[in-house]
Amino acid sequence: MSVLDSKVPKGPLKDKWTDYKNHIDLVNPANKRNIDVIVVGTGLAGGSAAATLAELGYNVKTFCYQDSPRRAHSIAAQGGINAAKNYQGDGDSTYRLFYDTVKGGDYRSREANVYRLAEVSANIIDQCVAQGVPFARDYGGLLDNRSFGGVLVSRTFYAKGQTGQQLLLGAYSAMNRQIARGKITPYNRHEMLDVVKVDGKARGIIARNLVTGEIERHSAHAVVIASGGYGNVYFLSTNAMGSNATAAWKIHKKGAFFANPCYTQIHPTCIPRSGDYQSKLTLMSESLRNDGRIWVPKNMEDVIAIREGKKKPTDLSEDERDYYLERRYPAFGNLVPRDVASRAAKERCDAGYGVNATGEAVYLDFASAIQRYGKEQAKIHNITNASADKIYELGAAIVKAKYGNLFQMYEKIVDQDPYKTPMMIYPAVHYTMGGVWVDYNLMTTVDGLYCIGEANFSDHGANRLGASALMQGLADGYFVLPYTIGDYLSNEIRTGKIPTDTPEFDAAEKEVTEKINFFVNNKGTHSVDYYHKKLGNIMWEKCGMSRNSTGLKEAMVEIKALREDFYKNVSVPGNANEFNSELEKAGRVADFLELGELFAKDALEREESCGGHFREESVEIDGEQEGEAKRNDKDFAFVSAWEYKGEPGEAVLHKEELEFNEIELKQRSYK
Amino acid sequence: MNLTLKIWRQKDAQSKGKMVDYKVTEISEHMSFLEMMDVLNEQLINSGEEPVAFDHDCREGICGMCSMYINGEAHGPDRGVTTCQLHMRMFKDGDTITIEPFRAKAFPVLKDLVVDRGAFDRIQHAGGYISVNTSGNTQDANSLPISKHAADEAMDAATCIGCGACVASCKNSSAMLFVGAKVSQYALLPQGQIEATDRVKNMVAQMDLEGFGNCTNTGACEIECPKGISLDNIARMNRELLKANF
Repeated sequence: MSVLDSKVPKGPLKDKWTDYKNHIDLVNPANKRNIDVIVVGTGLAGGSAAATLAELGYNVKTFCYQDSPRRAHSIAAQGGINAAKNYQGDGDSTYRLFYDTVKGGDYRSREANVYRLAEVSANIIDQCVAQGVPFARDYGGLLDNRSFGGVLVSRTFYAKGQTGQQLLLGAYSAMNRQIARGKITPYNRHEMLDVVKVDGKARGIIARNLVTGEIERHSAHAVVIASGGYGNVYFLSTNAMGSNATAAWKIHKKGAFFANPCYTQIHPTCIPRSGDYQSKLTLMSESLRNDGRIWVPKNMEDVIAIREGKKKPTDLSEDERDYYLERRYPAFGNLVPRDVASRAAKERCDAGYGVNATGEAVYLDFASAIQRYGKEQAKIHNITNASADKIYELGAAIVKAKYGNLFQMYEKIVDQDPYKTPMMIYPAVHYTMGGVWVDYNLMTTVDGLYCIGEANFSDHGANRLGASALMQGLADGYFVLPYTIGDYLSNEIRTGKIPTDTPEFDAAEKEVTEKINFFVNNKGTHSVDYYHKKLGNIMWEKCGMSRNSTGLKEAMVEIKALREDFYKNVSVPGNANEFNSELEKAGRVADFLELGELFAKDALEREESCGGHFREESVEIDGEQEGEAKRNDKDFAFVSAWEYKGEPGEAVLHKEELEFNEIELKQRSYK
Repeated sequence: MNLTLKIWRQKDAQSKGKMVDYKVTEISEHMSFLEMMDVLNEQLINSGEEPVAFDHDCREGICGMCSMYINGEAHGPDRGVTTCQLHMRMFKDGDTITIEPFRAKAFPVLKDLVVDRGAFDRIQHAGGYISVNTSGNTQDANSLPISKHAADEAMDAATCIGCGACVASCKNSSAMLFVGAKVSQYALLPQGQIEATDRVKNMVAQMDLEGFGNCTNTGACEIECPKGISLDNIARMNRELLKANF
């Protein structure tokens, strides 16, 4: 039997969570005051968990590397948050959200977790509205919805193109209330550098004060990791510059299994890269695919003319354009899931139809939407015989109201007006579905150590649907962890304060200090970024949108060699006991250099195509689905959970078999 | 393009700082300002010098982490952008660019261009929230309709990213645009009105305690705000405060 126990409760799917909540052990309010919890990361998952745990009465310490919890990268999420409210009366339900998420994840997620997520989704909207989150509303004063990729209903709630910002500020405000009450102590500009285990249980962390460089010990009865995903292993991604995998990777090295690292989401609509100096990529929300149509020219002559600046995209007539998503997937059109849309863009660009100088860009065009809205508005305002200019003006105003901040962002970066000429977009690394393995309680394979939000692997399988990351982060933090952690902490009421002057804390601190001293004393020849960019290049070329056995084997060898070179030749200026950005980066890149190798190993072992993981060896060779990804349920319907054994390449695989009792496994078809 | 940079260097909060000149070459007009700073830092590291410390994170204009006072303006010469979205096409070959940290008594310098904006957090602790627990049985989100107008106005106020450009731009180092935006967001929504009186009093009291100056209606904050937060929010805050006191 596998060492992995998912602890999914027995009983019918729809009753599991309710029954579970009815039967767990609780901690009485007086005892909660004697229990400490550490939360690492203050994004949607960490922020909402910290606030809720503090409301319940636990003493919470939060840690974030930014100067304020409000700046965690959840803030950059644009499009929206899903919830099975069925306010539009278009046939949505808890079951349908559950079904869409499992299908969208290409049948590689755990049914019970996903059902619970769908079940609590509606409550999230109620909670956020009560907190004062200004969601978009219609003229009747009720909440508005939009549609996202991979689904046939409108269930996405939004606040302009800044939904993540508004939800995070909601969670941050809930934190503020608890900080004011003294129930949360925030440690901003602090970075967790290791977890401390005592008798097999997580009992604290070692953190570095990023302003003074001081190494601190913090103890607790449970530790929650909510540190986000590992997309920056690619160097270029839509993640924030500081987004890192260090907390997740350190707990992996201390016994937490790491699941499905190869499941990475390459988002189809990002601004294409422009040069070698590029430091990050910028997402253009998927919500744009509600109204934008994606195309490349049909004829190669037009592609060349556009690249040479002899033609403009607006010069091309309708029948000179290839709306390839509408052509290939008539049922879902421009709203196919992200993995499908990204691969389709790559297919066109690989075939030579890319529309910018690098050949890596396709158009996202709003002309049709501006026309459609313009005509609709003319009718609403009783304008008969409206001129083309008037229709354009009315239509552009609607598009501006919906996506104004995104259009402005695009214009500032690219220096082109997307109201007048189509946007250019190309896929970029955006989200990581893989992460720390957790059971139904969101506990890792280490007792008392929890992992929530993007940092865990649990709900999105091999591909995440749009507007589901915000949903999962808040579900974990507001509505799931506060129950499940209580069940564990009910056994801790007699433990008393955890001391930090113990051999376990001594050893963990020593390890951290030695590593820091190594970096500042190494005096090598290359900057940290030099290595990060090299790693990113290997990852993108060999573990990117499509992967094959040869490339993955090479990637493992190259990453290992790069890591060895890094430890010989990296240069970190400055000292340990001061504000030192390069030192922070060095520690993070050191962890990415290990994670990257495990990533490649995981991708190599999974000899099937599923969701964001596309193996060139596994495609449909004939029939209606020719050229599409081919999943292999017989051999690969499991979660790959890796146990650390001293070197990433030597990690041991444990399989959690996935059982599907409610949903029949089918090939995803969006045709 | 080739540029001369005059940058404020300061070892830590205790040390004295000074302006230091640097040269950067072959800067592309498509680079963001921070990518230009990356080029400078790579150059400094490779020549064994300490790189310039500056705050930055999302690099897409939403986290509010980046700051910098560039040629006498918070977030530089472009309008409606943060420093991370400022592009080098705003400058010309041969330019000299002066780069300072945000300057305000309430924002002490930690190192080089990095300042401590913890005062903003403490103002929010004083009342920047609605007192609602996470219970899972708050009323249905649609049971209380809110006019689209009010919701949109609340959203406009809530767009504030807390970067501190308003404070840095103000000759009085006033934080009233920031506090006004937060007070307004809640005052415009029915959920926020229940605690409106205490909220505005507590937040304003904390703002004064932190050492921010007062508003003299110059309006520089509104011009320099990367998110276009309107001065109306200051008026609304003052009205809320008057209402609260009488």
